[in-house]
Amino acid sequence: MSGWRKHSGLAVALDRENVDTDQLIPARFMSTPRSAGYGDFLLHDMRKDSNGTPVPDFPLNVVPNASVLISRRNFGSGSSREAAVYALVDFGIRVVIAPSFGDIFASNSVNNGLLPARVSEAEVDAAMATLAVGAKEVTVDLTDKTIRLGNTTIEFTLDDVWQQKLINGWDDIDLTQNHQQAILAFRAQHVAGMPWAIPVQQNDFRSAGRDTVSQ
Amino acid sequence: MSARRLLDKLWESHEILRREDGTSLLWVDRHLVHEGSHHAFAKIVERGVPVAEPGLTFGVADHYAPTRGAPATDAIARMIATLAANTEKHGITCFGLDDPRQGIVHVIGPEQGLTLPGLLINCGDSHTSTHGAFGALAFGIGATEVAHVLATQTVWQKKPKAMRINVTGRLGPGVGAKDLALAWIAKLGADGARGHAIEYTGPAVRYLSMEGRMTLCNLSIEGGARFGMIAPDETTFAYVKGRPFAPSGDDWDRAVDLWSELPSDADAKFETEVTMDASEIAPIVTWGTTPEDALPVTATIPDPARMQGSAAERARNALDYMGLTPGRKLTEIAVDQVFIGSCTNARIEDLRAAAAVLAGRRAKVPGIVSPGSQLVKAHAEAEGLDRIFIDAGLDWVGSSCSMCVAMNGDLVEPGKRCASTTNRNFRGRQGRGARTHLMSPAMVAAAAVTGHLTDVRELLKEREVA
Repeated sequence: MSGWRKHSGLAVALDRENVDTDQLIPARFMSTPRSAGYGDFLLHDMRKDSNGTPVPDFPLNVVPNASVLISRRNFGSGSSREAAVYALVDFGIRVVIAPSFGDIFASNSVNNGLLPARVSEAEVDAAMATLAVGAKEVTVDLTDKTIRLGNTTIEFTLDDVWQQKLINGWDDIDLTQNHQQAILAFRAQHVAGMPWAIPVQQNDFRSAGRDTVSQ
Repeated sequence: MSARRLLDKLWESHEILRREDGTSLLWVDRHLVHEGSHHAFAKIVERGVPVAEPGLTFGVADHYAPTRGAPATDAIARMIATLAANTEKHGITCFGLDDPRQGIVHVIGPEQGLTLPGLLINCGDSHTSTHGAFGALAFGIGATEVAHVLATQTVWQKKPKAMRINVTGRLGPGVGAKDLALAWIAKLGADGARGHAIEYTGPAVRYLSMEGRMTLCNLSIEGGARFGMIAPDETTFAYVKGRPFAPSGDDWDRAVDLWSELPSDADAKFETEVTMDASEIAPIVTWGTTPEDALPVTATIPDPARMQGSAAERARNALDYMGLTPGRKLTEIAVDQVFIGSCTNARIEDLRAAAAVLAGRRAKVPGIVSPGSQLVKAHAEAEGLDRIFIDAGLDWVGSSCSMCVAMNGDLVEPGKRCASTTNRNFRGRQGRGARTHLMSPAMVAAAAVTGHLTDVRELLKEREVA
């Protein structure tokens, strides 16, 4: 994953609360290999009618080259499916701006270079009003956590760790492998203290269907 | 040392190191994978790294598992075959379709004794909070994190804030853990516990069986919390003892000693405190398109005209999608079908609660009952519950995530209305255009009997008279 500092692109408003991950990508598309691209699945059942025809006035159909999405509270709530982030990223979205995000979605976003930028409800209201007349160019700066839209500059909230991760495009597996010695030492001490941390498989599992109830 | 909470104790006992920026590297005791983990397996293969701890990793076919016969499509069959191939290649135990231990991941983990108090458990599924019912640190992760756990058996995580939801009193007859969960989510909102780990406490929680506690912790994510947990006690130990992967002999005694130290210290402080009175909670149903759109079944459909701003707009959209008229009684809502199943409500106690309502009665609408695991299914059949469902006219089918997530081909047709024991009433969750009303297994059974949303307490009252 490559890092980034600044992004400029067209912003589009999706004026809805609770845009959950089932809406971001309906489950039926999730058996597709990533290499096939997930962009076409993004918000599929809102963007397209039951015949697969694009809904003309749906924001992402009006501005198909948008790269910044502004929405309302609890964006990305629900399922942990990272495919919701793949759909956004493969469509071309680099930044989502909202008053709040689902915790798992936000962490999945950062793992894929997508910025979940938190701003206040009032700032979303103002941005939506600005975008009501049409898509506008915005500039998002990760280094000072600002969004420039028209004449206004909004500061967004982002965990410092996530800021660094997005800027540097860090890969966690590489980082973690630097701690291999600490991990091995921890494992030894952990298992010594609680041997059941390593499960002992009992051989006669077919009789294991004894009482499955607690009382 | 200052007073510590259950969360602190679990965190400290898994923290390998903490970076200067406050992020912890945590050891993962159990990693559960399913068909959806294919992205993560592909990632580690791409990097050429092996699975670090195959012995701590367990696979199960659930999201795409068929409930009747063969997989519905080639794509679905391929998902199941890919899981089997990936687990075999990496030396991971997999509870596949032909394994009598197969079932929904959050049902079989506890059932097999893989889930234990004091462990850290990860799974690429948001309902992993279920396992917190045992006093474990359990949370759902995305595919990149799944790949990280596969490669290193660790996970980077910042410690969440702690919320205590203390529930006083007792739940009334016909009211269960599902109602309690929907009640707090309605009160705090679908993001009310965002950024928090919830610990559920109080007499009403203590009184819940492990099945009830799992339902309560399962739904934590529907209120925004990635973690839900309940301190272990005698009820927990009684459930765990003798399970196939649970400790035994001297280890069991040592484990119980350690587990008994897990409960939060008496004077521990929480960042957020919520109190509820269980005796005030009625059976609850959802009317909209997020779990926070929940009301007592005795209420009326909300009227957006009486709401302000974005709430009114959202309610209008939700009612439009759901095809409902404001001001009508919730009990006037007719359903087309019912579904009893999912990681939320498909354990033996859930099936018993539904069967208690259905016994000797006929369902007015079709529906399916999908037990949480093959062992739960066998257990229910030994008790004769399958006959009650079948005699009522419902389909008794295999174990799968099934109609909760509509991945295996079991789905609700567009515009159809389903009373469902599941966890999400999101638009399109049960199929494109599907209308979902969430409620407890007993309430779903009541809706099946009358053909509309119904206060199950009325049907239970009739039982007492008869």
